[in-house]
Amino acid sequence: MIVPYTHVILLASLLFLTGMICTVLRRNLIMLLLGLEIMLNAAAVAFVGAGLHLQQIEGQAAALFILAVAAAEVAVGLALIVCIYRQTGTLDPECIESDVCELE
Amino acid sequence: MSVYSIFFYLIAALMILSTALAVTRKNMVHAVLFLVISFLASALLFFLLGAPLLGILEVVIYAGAIMVLFLFVVMMIRIRATEGSGFLLWHYLGAGGLSALYVAACLLLVRHSGPGTGAPMPAAVAAPADFGLYLFERHWLGIEIVSLLLLVALIGVLHLGLSPAGQRSGKGGPY
Repeated sequence: MIVPYTHVILLASLLFLTGMICTVLRRNLIMLLLGLEIMLNAAAVAFVGAGLHLQQIEGQAAALFILAVAAAEVAVGLALIVCIYRQTGTLDPECIESDVCELE
Repeated sequence: MSVYSIFFYLIAALMILSTALAVTRKNMVHAVLFLVISFLASALLFFLLGAPLLGILEVVIYAGAIMVLFLFVVMMIRIRATEGSGFLLWHYLGAGGLSALYVAACLLLVRHSGPGTGAPMPAAVAAPADFGLYLFERHWLGIEIVSLLLLVALIGVLHLGLSPAGQRSGKGGPY
Protein backbone atom coordinates (compact mmCIF):
# COMPACT_ATOMS: atom_id res chain seq x y z
CA MET A 1 0.00 0.00 0.00
CA ILE A 2 1.40 3.32 -1.06
CA VAL A 3 -0.22 6.74 -0.72
CA PRO A 4 -3.59 7.88 -2.05
CA TYR A 5 -3.82 8.87 -5.69
CA THR A 6 -4.74 12.43 -4.81
CA HIS A 7 -1.40 13.00 -3.07
CA VAL A 8 0.49 12.03 -6.22
CA ILE A 9 -1.66 14.43 -8.25
CA LEU A 10 -1.10 17.18 -5.68
CA LEU A 11 2.65 16.65 -5.89
CA ALA A 12 2.53 16.79 -9.69
CA SER A 13 0.44 19.95 -9.67
CA LEU A 14 2.79 21.65 -7.21
CA LEU A 15 5.75 20.80 -9.44
CA PHE A 16 3.84 22.12 -12.44
CA LEU A 17 3.08 25.34 -10.57
CA THR A 18 6.78 25.77 -9.74
CA GLY A 19 7.70 25.32 -13.38
CA MET A 20 4.99 27.75 -14.45
CA ILE A 21 6.23 30.39 -12.02
CA CYS A 22 9.77 29.86 -13.29
CA THR A 23 8.64 30.26 -16.89
CA VAL A 24 6.58 33.37 -16.21
CA LEU A 25 8.76 35.28 -13.78
CA ARG A 26 12.34 34.68 -14.86
CA ARG A 27 13.80 36.98 -17.48
CA ASN A 28 16.35 34.59 -18.85
CA LEU A 29 15.82 32.27 -21.80
CA ILE A 30 17.68 29.34 -20.25
CA MET A 31 15.66 29.55 -17.03
CA LEU A 32 12.52 29.70 -19.16
CA LEU A 33 13.48 26.42 -20.81
CA LEU A 34 14.25 24.92 -17.39
CA GLY A 35 10.72 25.82 -16.31
CA LEU A 36 9.34 24.00 -19.35
CA GLU A 37 11.37 20.93 -18.37
CA ILE A 38 9.95 21.04 -14.84
CA MET A 39 6.41 21.21 -16.23
CA LEU A 40 7.00 18.25 -18.56
CA ASN A 41 8.45 16.25 -15.69
CA ALA A 42 5.40 17.05 -13.56
CA ALA A 43 3.17 15.74 -16.35
CA ALA A 44 5.20 12.53 -16.46
CA VAL A 45 4.81 12.09 -12.69
CA ALA A 46 1.04 12.57 -13.03
CA PHE A 47 0.88 10.01 -15.84
CA VAL A 48 2.80 7.37 -13.87
CA GLY A 49 0.65 7.96 -10.80
CA ALA A 50 -2.53 7.64 -12.84
CA GLY A 51 -1.19 4.47 -14.43
CA LEU A 52 -0.68 2.95 -10.99
CA HIS A 53 -4.10 4.09 -9.81
CA LEU A 54 -5.92 2.56 -12.78
CA GLN A 55 -3.60 -0.48 -12.87
CA GLN A 56 -2.87 0.29 -16.52
CA ILE A 57 0.56 0.26 -18.12
CA GLU A 58 -0.63 2.92 -20.58
CA GLY A 59 0.39 5.76 -18.27
CA GLN A 60 3.99 4.65 -18.31
CA ALA A 61 3.96 4.57 -22.12
CA ALA A 62 2.72 8.17 -22.18
CA ALA A 63 5.47 9.15 -19.73
CA LEU A 64 8.04 7.57 -22.02
CA PHE A 65 6.80 9.65 -24.94
CA ILE A 66 6.96 12.76 -22.76
CA LEU A 67 10.60 11.93 -22.05
CA ALA A 68 11.42 11.68 -25.76
CA VAL A 69 9.57 14.88 -26.64
CA ALA A 70 11.34 16.71 -23.80
CA ALA A 71 14.71 15.60 -25.14
CA ALA A 72 13.90 16.84 -28.66
CA GLU A 73 12.43 20.09 -27.36
CA VAL A 74 15.38 20.93 -25.17
CA ALA A 75 17.88 20.21 -27.94
CA VAL A 76 16.12 22.53 -30.40
CA GLY A 77 15.45 25.14 -27.72
CA LEU A 78 19.06 25.31 -26.59
CA ALA A 79 20.28 25.54 -30.19
CA LEU A 80 17.88 28.44 -30.74
CA ILE A 81 19.11 30.12 -27.56
CA VAL A 82 22.73 29.83 -28.66
CA CYS A 83 21.72 31.27 -32.05
CA ILE A 84 19.91 34.19 -30.42
CA TYR A 85 22.85 34.84 -28.13
CA ARG A 86 25.22 34.92 -31.08
CA GLN A 87 23.11 37.44 -32.93
CA THR A 88 21.98 39.72 -30.12
CA GLY A 89 24.43 39.12 -27.29
CA THR A 90 21.73 38.85 -24.68
CA LEU A 91 19.53 36.24 -23.08
CA ASP A 92 16.86 38.59 -21.81
CA PRO A 93 13.67 37.98 -23.78
CA GLU A 94 12.70 41.61 -23.48
CA CYS A 95 15.95 42.91 -24.96
CA ILE A 96 16.01 40.81 -28.11
CA GLU A 97 13.89 43.08 -30.26
CA SER A 98 14.36 46.41 -28.56
CA ASP A 99 17.45 48.51 -28.02
CA VAL A 100 16.56 49.43 -24.46
CA CYS A 101 19.03 47.07 -22.87
CA GLU A 102 21.94 48.03 -25.08
CA LEU A 103 22.64 51.00 -22.85
CA GLU A 104 23.44 48.92 -19.80
CA MET B 1 1.47 4.29 7.40
CA SER B 2 3.67 1.85 5.62
CA VAL B 3 7.31 2.28 4.80
CA TYR B 4 6.35 3.03 1.19
CA SER B 5 4.31 6.06 2.13
CA ILE B 6 7.12 7.38 4.32
CA PHE B 7 9.42 7.08 1.32
CA PHE B 8 6.86 8.83 -0.85
CA TYR B 9 6.53 11.84 1.43
CA LEU B 10 10.31 12.10 1.85
CA ILE B 11 10.82 12.02 -1.92
CA ALA B 12 8.00 14.50 -2.49
CA ALA B 13 9.48 16.95 0.01
CA LEU B 14 12.91 16.58 -1.60
CA MET B 15 11.47 17.18 -5.07
CA ILE B 16 9.49 20.28 -4.17
CA LEU B 17 12.33 21.74 -2.10
CA SER B 18 15.00 21.24 -4.74
CA THR B 19 12.75 22.50 -7.53
CA ALA B 20 11.82 25.60 -5.56
CA LEU B 21 15.51 26.23 -4.84
CA ALA B 22 16.32 25.73 -8.52
CA VAL B 23 13.84 28.26 -9.85
CA THR B 24 14.94 30.96 -7.41
CA ARG B 25 18.71 30.79 -7.94
CA LYS B 26 20.42 33.71 -9.64
CA ASN B 27 23.37 31.57 -10.66
CA MET B 28 22.26 29.27 -13.46
CA VAL B 29 24.85 26.57 -12.69
CA HIS B 30 23.38 26.21 -9.20
CA ALA B 31 19.88 26.11 -10.67
CA VAL B 32 20.82 23.28 -13.03
CA LEU B 33 22.51 21.31 -10.24
CA PHE B 34 19.46 21.65 -7.98
CA LEU B 35 17.30 20.50 -10.85
CA VAL B 36 19.49 17.40 -11.24
CA ILE B 37 18.64 16.54 -7.62
CA SER B 38 14.97 17.07 -8.38
CA PHE B 39 15.08 14.74 -11.39
CA LEU B 40 16.97 12.07 -9.45
CA ALA B 41 14.24 12.28 -6.80
CA SER B 42 11.56 11.88 -9.46
CA ALA B 43 13.42 8.81 -10.75
CA LEU B 44 13.14 7.40 -7.21
CA LEU B 45 9.44 8.27 -7.31
CA PHE B 46 9.03 6.33 -10.55
CA PHE B 47 10.67 3.31 -8.93
CA LEU B 48 8.28 3.66 -6.00
CA LEU B 49 5.24 3.93 -8.29
CA GLY B 50 6.14 0.74 -10.10
CA ALA B 51 7.93 1.98 -13.21
CA PRO B 52 11.56 0.84 -12.91
CA LEU B 53 12.37 1.25 -16.61
CA LEU B 54 11.09 4.82 -16.58
CA GLY B 55 13.13 5.50 -13.45
CA ILE B 56 16.30 4.34 -15.17
CA LEU B 57 15.46 6.34 -18.30
CA GLU B 58 14.81 9.41 -16.15
CA VAL B 59 18.28 9.14 -14.67
CA VAL B 60 19.90 8.54 -18.05
CA ILE B 61 17.98 11.03 -20.17
CA TYR B 62 16.76 13.77 -17.84
CA ALA B 63 19.39 13.93 -15.13
CA GLY B 64 22.15 12.73 -17.41
CA ALA B 65 21.73 14.01 -20.92
CA ILE B 66 19.38 17.00 -20.75
CA MET B 67 20.89 18.59 -17.66
CA VAL B 68 24.42 18.12 -18.97
CA LEU B 69 23.30 19.84 -22.18
CA PHE B 70 22.02 22.73 -20.07
CA LEU B 71 25.32 22.85 -18.19
CA PHE B 72 27.25 22.97 -21.47
CA VAL B 73 25.20 25.89 -22.74
CA VAL B 74 25.39 27.75 -19.42
CA MET B 75 29.16 27.35 -19.42
CA MET B 76 29.37 28.38 -23.08
CA ILE B 77 27.33 31.55 -22.69
CA ARG B 78 28.82 34.17 -20.44
CA ILE B 79 26.18 36.41 -18.94
CA ARG B 80 27.64 39.83 -18.34
CA ALA B 81 24.89 41.72 -16.62
CA THR B 82 22.85 40.17 -13.87
CA GLU B 83 19.30 39.37 -14.68
CA GLY B 84 17.06 42.33 -14.04
CA SER B 85 13.57 41.94 -12.70
CA GLY B 86 11.88 44.75 -14.52
CA PHE B 87 8.31 43.63 -14.07
CA LEU B 88 5.62 46.01 -13.09
CA LEU B 89 3.52 45.43 -10.03
CA TRP B 90 0.44 44.44 -11.98
CA HIS B 91 2.45 41.78 -13.78
CA TYR B 92 3.18 40.18 -10.41
CA LEU B 93 -0.43 40.63 -9.37
CA GLY B 94 -1.64 38.95 -12.54
CA ALA B 95 0.78 36.05 -12.14
CA GLY B 96 -0.15 35.64 -8.48
CA GLY B 97 -3.84 35.74 -9.25
CA LEU B 98 -3.49 33.12 -11.97
CA SER B 99 -1.42 30.92 -9.65
CA ALA B 100 -4.04 31.21 -6.91
CA LEU B 101 -6.75 30.28 -9.43
CA TYR B 102 -4.67 27.29 -10.52
CA VAL B 103 -4.13 26.09 -6.95
CA ALA B 104 -7.84 26.50 -6.19
CA ALA B 105 -8.78 24.48 -9.29
CA CYS B 106 -6.31 21.74 -8.28
CA LEU B 107 -7.66 21.52 -4.75
CA LEU B 108 -11.22 21.40 -6.07
CA LEU B 109 -10.31 18.63 -8.50
CA VAL B 110 -8.57 16.64 -5.80
CA ARG B 111 -11.53 17.05 -3.49
CA HIS B 112 -14.04 15.84 -6.07
CA SER B 113 -11.90 13.31 -7.88
CA GLY B 114 -14.29 10.39 -7.81
CA PRO B 115 -14.61 7.31 -5.63
CA GLY B 116 -11.59 5.31 -4.61
CA THR B 117 -9.06 8.06 -5.12
CA GLY B 118 -8.67 8.75 -1.41
CA ALA B 119 -7.73 5.18 -0.54
CA PRO B 120 -4.07 4.16 -0.65
CA MET B 121 -3.10 2.62 -3.97
CA PRO B 122 -1.94 -0.97 -4.08
CA ALA B 123 1.69 -1.41 -5.00
CA ALA B 124 2.38 -2.89 -8.41
CA VAL B 125 5.44 -3.15 -10.59
CA ALA B 126 5.62 -3.29 -14.38
CA ALA B 127 8.69 -5.35 -15.13
CA PRO B 128 10.95 -3.69 -17.73
CA ALA B 129 10.61 -6.64 -20.11
CA ASP B 130 6.81 -6.56 -19.95
CA PHE B 131 6.77 -2.81 -20.42
CA GLY B 132 9.04 -3.01 -23.45
CA LEU B 133 6.96 -5.77 -25.00
CA TYR B 134 3.77 -3.80 -24.42
CA LEU B 135 5.34 -0.71 -25.93
CA PHE B 136 6.41 -2.44 -29.11
CA GLU B 137 3.16 -4.37 -29.47
CA ARG B 138 0.73 -1.52 -28.94
CA HIS B 139 2.69 1.64 -29.61
CA TRP B 140 5.13 0.71 -32.34
CA LEU B 141 3.89 3.50 -34.57
CA GLY B 142 4.30 6.04 -31.79
CA ILE B 143 7.84 4.83 -31.18
CA GLU B 144 8.65 5.26 -34.85
CA ILE B 145 7.14 8.74 -34.91
CA VAL B 146 9.09 9.76 -31.81
CA SER B 147 12.34 8.44 -33.28
CA LEU B 148 11.61 10.41 -36.45
CA LEU B 149 10.97 13.49 -34.27
CA LEU B 150 14.35 13.04 -32.61
CA LEU B 151 16.01 12.71 -36.02
CA VAL B 152 14.31 15.88 -37.26
CA ALA B 153 15.39 17.68 -34.07
CA LEU B 154 18.95 16.51 -34.66
CA ILE B 155 18.96 17.83 -38.21
CA GLY B 156 17.40 21.10 -37.09
CA VAL B 157 19.97 21.59 -34.35
CA LEU B 158 22.76 20.89 -36.81
CA HIS B 159 21.32 23.47 -39.18
CA LEU B 160 20.93 26.06 -36.44
CA GLY B 161 24.37 25.39 -35.06
CA LEU B 162 26.22 26.14 -38.26
CA SER B 163 27.07 29.81 -38.29
CA PRO B 164 25.54 31.74 -41.20
CA ALA B 165 27.68 32.61 -44.19
CA GLY B 166 28.12 36.25 -43.26
CA GLN B 167 29.55 35.46 -39.83
CA ARG B 168 32.12 32.86 -40.79
CA SER B 169 35.41 33.59 -39.18
CA GLY B 170 37.52 33.24 -42.32
CA LYS B 171 40.68 31.24 -42.00
CA GLY B 172 41.23 29.45 -38.75
CA GLY B 173 37.50 29.01 -38.22
CA PRO B 174 36.10 25.56 -37.68
CA TYR B 175 34.16 25.54 -40.96
